[in-house]
Amino acid sequence: MKNICFCFLMHVPMQLRRYRFFEIGQDHYYYDDMATEEHLAHLVSVSYMPLLRALQEMIRLSKGKFHCGLAVTGTSLELMEQYNPELIDIIKELVSSRCLELVAMPYAYSLAAQHSETDFEAQLVKHADKLNYLFGVRSTTLFNTELLYSDEIAQLTYRLGYKTILAEGAQHILSYKSPNYVYRSIAAPKQSVLLRNMDLSDSLAFHFSDTGWPDYPTDANKFISRLQSLPEEENLINIWMGADAFGIYQNAATGIFEFLKALPYYALENGIGFLTPSEAARKSKPSDIVSCPYPMTWAGDSKGLSLFEGNDLQQEALQKLFAVAERVHLCQDQSLKTDWLLLQDANYLHHMNHQDRGESPFESAYDAFINYMNILSDFLQLVEEQYPTTIDNEELNALLKTINNQEKEILKLQTEIKALKKKK
Amino acid sequence: MNALMFGWEFPPHILGGLGTASYGLTRGMSQQADMHISFVLPRPWGDEDQSFLRIIGANSVSVPGRGCIEFSGRYPDNLLEEIGNYEAVASVLARQLDFDIIHSHDWLTYPAGVTAKYLSGKPLVIHVHATDFDRSRGQVNPTVYNIERRGMDLADHIICVSELTRRTVIEKYGQHPDKVSTVHNAVEPLPHPEEFTKHPRKDKLVTFLGRITMQKGPEYFVEAAARVLEKTDGVRFVMAGSGDMMTKMIDLAAKRGIADKFHFPGFMRGKEVQELLADSDVYIMPSVSEPFGISPLEAMQVGCPTIISHQSGCAEILTHAIKIDYWDIDAMADAIYAIVKYPGIYRSLSEMGREEVNNIKWADAGIKVRQIYDKVLRR
Repeated sequence: MKNICFCFLMHVPMQLRRYRFFEIGQDHYYYDDMATEEHLAHLVSVSYMPLLRALQEMIRLSKGKFHCGLAVTGTSLELMEQYNPELIDIIKELVSSRCLELVAMPYAYSLAAQHSETDFEAQLVKHADKLNYLFGVRSTTLFNTELLYSDEIAQLTYRLGYKTILAEGAQHILSYKSPNYVYRSIAAPKQSVLLRNMDLSDSLAFHFSDTGWPDYPTDANKFISRLQSLPEEENLINIWMGADAFGIYQNAATGIFEFLKALPYYALENGIGFLTPSEAARKSKPSDIVSCPYPMTWAGDSKGLSLFEGNDLQQEALQKLFAVAERVHLCQDQSLKTDWLLLQDANYLHHMNHQDRGESPFESAYDAFINYMNILSDFLQLVEEQYPTTIDNEELNALLKTINNQEKEILKLQTEIKALKKKK
Repeated sequence: MNALMFGWEFPPHILGGLGTASYGLTRGMSQQADMHISFVLPRPWGDEDQSFLRIIGANSVSVPGRGCIEFSGRYPDNLLEEIGNYEAVASVLARQLDFDIIHSHDWLTYPAGVTAKYLSGKPLVIHVHATDFDRSRGQVNPTVYNIERRGMDLADHIICVSELTRRTVIEKYGQHPDKVSTVHNAVEPLPHPEEFTKHPRKDKLVTFLGRITMQKGPEYFVEAAARVLEKTDGVRFVMAGSGDMMTKMIDLAAKRGIADKFHFPGFMRGKEVQELLADSDVYIMPSVSEPFGISPLEAMQVGCPTIISHQSGCAEILTHAIKIDYWDIDAMADAIYAIVKYPGIYRSLSEMGREEVNNIKWADAGIKVRQIYDKVLRR
């Protein structure tokens, strides 16, 4: 029996405000709240809300047979709590129906997995705590930023307790393996690796309304028969995409929501089921091993990191940002820590790409870089004020440890004194 | 294909961008095997490169009843008289020479082109390197406008050096859009680019180079410099060139209290220019209105990161240059600051800019001009 595993990603980056160099050291607020709020409101009204409503309806009409996954970054959850709490409520309902799985992510939309192991780990914990706090769930299935995956990341995440990891089905990297099986990682043989079916996912996300596309027009019936025509033993079809594919890339007028709502009926009619990512990993035995020595993502044509760190601008920004990772970890200042997470957003790096700038509000890659670097310079100055770079990381660590231990020591001695006093 | 071209300037004796563009374009066109160009100049000096075209001196053409006429070949006070004399020479050449098409470069030569067209019956293409709207920031000289307008009205086709200029020609000179095409300028490759290297120095160098006139927006550069220096040290600013706003700019720099970091080395030519560019960390051209602007391309050739205004034609074809509005001093200062402070953007602009500009070739512009000739002749 074939199964479809849907997973939708929700992430809303904070819009950066125009930040000129003469503000460095003067103004420490980097965001254009109005633009962020507007962007979020638009996303919610034309995409997120209609999608979540559609999922609710699909679950109800299929009598709970429709299952799927949802990935939401921690920073976006915070925004939703603040501006659109109704989204949180509806996700809560979906989660309690047990038909929707909230999968794990790094807290920010960050490439930390590639640049700072400790930070990546901290973000995973923070995100898990957030999901637990809001929805009372924890997941051992990981949807990394941009589906970033490599042998190294597999090993690391397995060690951190993630039993399943989602990755791009970039066949040219995975020596033309079919994405329609469950795999094991060569670096962490006990971890299941699910691969996105690129063709089918993209044919919905990007080509649903493309009249030049060979499958146009796509309807639910046709789509299901396409799945049925796949070889018998290929029994898991992973269809993952940004949630904004529904309502933004494909606006409501294209009929994408009706298409989605019609899917469970046709699928179940033809003996095709639905699974959440964790169920998908549990249900089928891993068939083969995948090896991915270099980072793989779902971005661009190269499916690597070139969209985010391919040029000098991106390299400099990344290098300067992650150079202070350890220092930020040592510090206690909450607003600094929040900025640290927000500034890691991979979208800001994407805006610095010359060929493909994504949804950049800036007029060129250079403009995006200048603005980001000015902000980063201010941020780095704040970090420096906390812990001057004249002290190196190890020394600092040792000092902090002594300070922390001192407190503990004092506490211990105090209790001892109390105990002794009592004895007297 | 024989083209009869009317020009005013040609290297090595040039006063502005017109001569450089005339040379580059004709040289690029001469790479087409069947292209023969006769280039009329008011006063050749004899040391022009004639290996790929024939240069005809207007001052050595005998005009019936007047003999050979003297030309200054510059932009003298009796410019209109010189334009008229040039037209008289054109009427002689139109009868003497054998050609298929007439091509006039800039307004000084439009009357000559029009006369040649009427006497020979051959089509006329005019090449707009600038309009009076660019030169005067809107204070158009009616005599010049009328000469330009008449040339455009009577031409069979109009070539503009940028979309910006094309729009001016359509909107301000009332030309039909179908009759107006854009052929962007290019830049001659440097014979020995390795000759020009950057010398290590303590301070970063930000350079403005060109005529210090209203059109080039020098005051915005001074203001941006002041903003940068408010925040940071180790940056020096250079305003090379001369012009009617120079003393005003010196005063302004002093008023802003940055005269110790703001330098005026005066007019530069030839190799000096490239040497200064190669030595600079930033080249900036904040022109208020620049039909094309070849100098940013020259800066990029020697690997100098470049900031240009959106109001410059060359902005249309450059990716690896920073573009700002000429009036936006904050953006300008921000761009300068970024280039001198963040090595990634310096490297990117320098390396990718050089590569980009090396692929902008006059031969390609030449092909586009040829296509226009073919189209005009077919009609």
